[in-house]
Amino acid sequence: MSERLLEVRGLTKRFGGFAALSEVSLSVQRGERLGLIGPNGSGKTTLINCIAGALRPEGGSVLLEGAEVTTLPAHRRARLGIARSFQIPRPFPSMSVVENVAVPLEYVVHRHSLHLADVHAEAMDILERMGLSARAGHPASALSQVELRKLELARALAARPVLLILDEVMAGLSAVEVDEVLAIVLRLSGQGVTILMVEHIMRAIMQFSQRVICLDAGRIIAEGPPAQIVDDGAVRRVYLGV
Amino acid sequence: MTVRWRMFLAGGALLVLGAALLTRLVDNEYFFFAAYVVLQFVVLASAWNILGGFAGYVNFGSAAFFAAGAYTAVALLKAFDAPLPVLLLAAMLVTATMGLLVGALTLRLRGIFFSIATVAIAVICETVVVNWAYVGGARGTSVLQPAPAELFQTYTRLLFVLMALLAVLAAGVARYVQVSWIGRGLRAIRDDEQAAESLGVPTLRLKLFAATVSGGLMGLAGAPFALYMGFIEPSSVFSLNYAVSALAMPIIGGTASWVGPVLGAVLLASVQQVVTVTVSSELNVLIVGVLLVMFVVAAPQGLLGLIARLRAGRAPAKPAAGERHV
Amino acid sequence: MSPDLLLEALVAGVLLGAFYAAVSVGLSLAFGLLEVPHIAHPAFLVLGAYGAWLLGQYAIDPLLAGVLLAPLFFVFGLAIYRFYHLVFERRGSDTGLRGLAFFFGVAFIIEVGLILAFGVDQRMAEAPYIGESLALGEMRLPLRMLVAFGVALLLTLGLSLYLSRSFPGRAIRAVAQDQVALALMGADPVRVKQWAFGIATATCAVAGALLIIVGPVEPGQGRLYIGRTFCVAVLAGLGSMPGTLAAGLILGVAESVVLTSLGASWAPAVAFGILLLVLAVRPTGLFGR
Repeated sequence: MSERLLEVRGLTKRFGGFAALSEVSLSVQRGERLGLIGPNGSGKTTLINCIAGALRPEGGSVLLEGAEVTTLPAHRRARLGIARSFQIPRPFPSMSVVENVAVPLEYVVHRHSLHLADVHAEAMDILERMGLSARAGHPASALSQVELRKLELARALAARPVLLILDEVMAGLSAVEVDEVLAIVLRLSGQGVTILMVEHIMRAIMQFSQRVICLDAGRIIAEGPPAQIVDDGAVRRVYLGV
Repeated sequence: MTVRWRMFLAGGALLVLGAALLTRLVDNEYFFFAAYVVLQFVVLASAWNILGGFAGYVNFGSAAFFAAGAYTAVALLKAFDAPLPVLLLAAMLVTATMGLLVGALTLRLRGIFFSIATVAIAVICETVVVNWAYVGGARGTSVLQPAPAELFQTYTRLLFVLMALLAVLAAGVARYVQVSWIGRGLRAIRDDEQAAESLGVPTLRLKLFAATVSGGLMGLAGAPFALYMGFIEPSSVFSLNYAVSALAMPIIGGTASWVGPVLGAVLLASVQQVVTVTVSSELNVLIVGVLLVMFVVAAPQGLLGLIARLRAGRAPAKPAAGERHV
Repeated sequence: MSPDLLLEALVAGVLLGAFYAAVSVGLSLAFGLLEVPHIAHPAFLVLGAYGAWLLGQYAIDPLLAGVLLAPLFFVFGLAIYRFYHLVFERRGSDTGLRGLAFFFGVAFIIEVGLILAFGVDQRMAEAPYIGESLALGEMRLPLRMLVAFGVALLLTLGLSLYLSRSFPGRAIRAVAQDQVALALMGADPVRVKQWAFGIATATCAVAGALLIIVGPVEPGQGRLYIGRTFCVAVLAGLGSMPGTLAAGLILGVAESVVLTSLGASWAPAVAFGILLLVLAVRPTGLFGR
């Protein structure tokens, strides 16, 4: 069991002539809580997409537990233990909430259950932990914004990830709701899940992360413990312009 | 096996037995001709919906698969005088492979390109058949109905019962796909393919599976055609009616469940059988087209959706979206 | 294949290719720029062809008929798009299937409607340039193909200029790139798209006339052109008019060469084969962004 759960080496991603990521290298230790910050357009979501498999990079590699996953399709990486939530929630609107959670249970964890009943209990358990059990039978299209974010998290959790990537999961939430989600995520970390959190809400990053990486224009400009990053000159420049 | 599956199988068995019984009780031969066609469309519509309704990929070339099944059977009849089960199996294998190939070529792309591919397959298949002298080319060929087993008065009645069996099979496969993990995966793909991938759904593999199964079942529907008609020619099997009906019946019935295509097929095909006698076949087919457009525009959930809305209107509690299944 | 035969095939292919470009121009607009799953485009072409034939019964030259019918088709296109937008573009998931099924239904209704109105027999147009050929050295160039060639050039050039020089044309290109930005600049994206779809449909009147000039038409012909028009539209690089001309020429030559060397039965597969190749290798097409 390697200490480095995730390793990204020299990752480069271009869209036409535009370089969204240039030679980005980072590593995530097993059990670590890593925060990823950076102004809009800095490449955070592109980086996540390359790690999770939604995009193929032009150069560089992604390794999970020492094994190369750079060219594996997203669903294979999900089965290897990478789960991610989407910045804008992407539920399956034609299915109920519990069915939404059943999908990763059936495709990542269990495989080939004949009926919803086989995974129903487990799905309900997850919904319970997210505070969504009351909405289990409702169509996902009927959920509120906050509930959608919770569903997003619930689905990622259902996949029993080794590495959980959260893409601005707290965006648009009230202070109380942010605390709620933070508590859930911290508890997860306590259970051994390695978490990479992309956020704009600095309070959450500060409270959550053991280490923070700052991205700007496709490159890493700072890396270190949260307190140090907040004072970092380069970080202040890109965020505050001073 | 759950209660619902037991009920489904019991119902299916009853249907087939009932069909067999009817062959003893009913004198009017035309009834069996017409009923065969209706059951045939049940198979076709159910097959179409597995890929179209459940996964969201629209097949415009159902006629190609249907015809391929029919012509495979004809070729084997002419070459080996093969028995019926062999014909069915062979037809199914050929069209399943067709589905797999077309899928492999295009299911990685946007849905519209799969649809265009199905049109191309239809054109290509028709060209192949028209140039294939062994099965009669453009003029077609006749096929001799073998003597029916002692159980049946005529061979048509035997085929009628066979088609009832195939209809139950097709509906059963559709039901299985719908309520199982496969169905949830397909719906996830249809709703949001990228999100489904990120949750572990092997999207391409599932789509290929659906295309293969859909194609295979359509071939099954077509296999007995030549025996049923006693004659086969390209213009009748490649008729646009099959392409449109295979699509219209599930959409009109409701694409969300296996019941929709069955409902749509039974209603529409029955009406068509009645109307063809009184009105030209072109007008008949035009009506299907118009109904298709009307439903796509005004009642996207089909008849099942309309029924559900009516029932929801009466009861105060709303039924959950996905959990209810028949 | 002998060099003479090859040369003939090439020349025929160029003429054919220009014709293919002409009939695909509308789809480049509707599908390429506006992303409408306009599988009924070939049916509109056939409708245009029959319109030209109908006016031909009153001794009107088919090309003239196409031009005369263009405004009518324009209005028809406006209405269809408005309807499509209201019903399909506004809603959420599942609209892909429904939009596609809608246009398929429309195409089907047109085809059967034409069968009911005109029967399944082939119809031909009459004009002084149909049936005549121009002798060029050893080759004979059918005049009707030269006419199609000329019209195709005019159409693609005209539309290309319109899209790049005129205000509505630029608005159309803008709406294809960034609807929100366009809306913020005060133009209504829906009306712009509606206008574009109207133009695309109007080209079907003229291109449809070309269809009947180039050869006889029958109601089911649209299906043969689904593969060809989409091949050209995709190969062009979605929305590019010069690309449409280039792509048409490529398809025309390819089909012509295959026709001469392998026979007519393989011709329909060419368009589809090229389409698949493009989608696999360079989905943005020749001139696409």
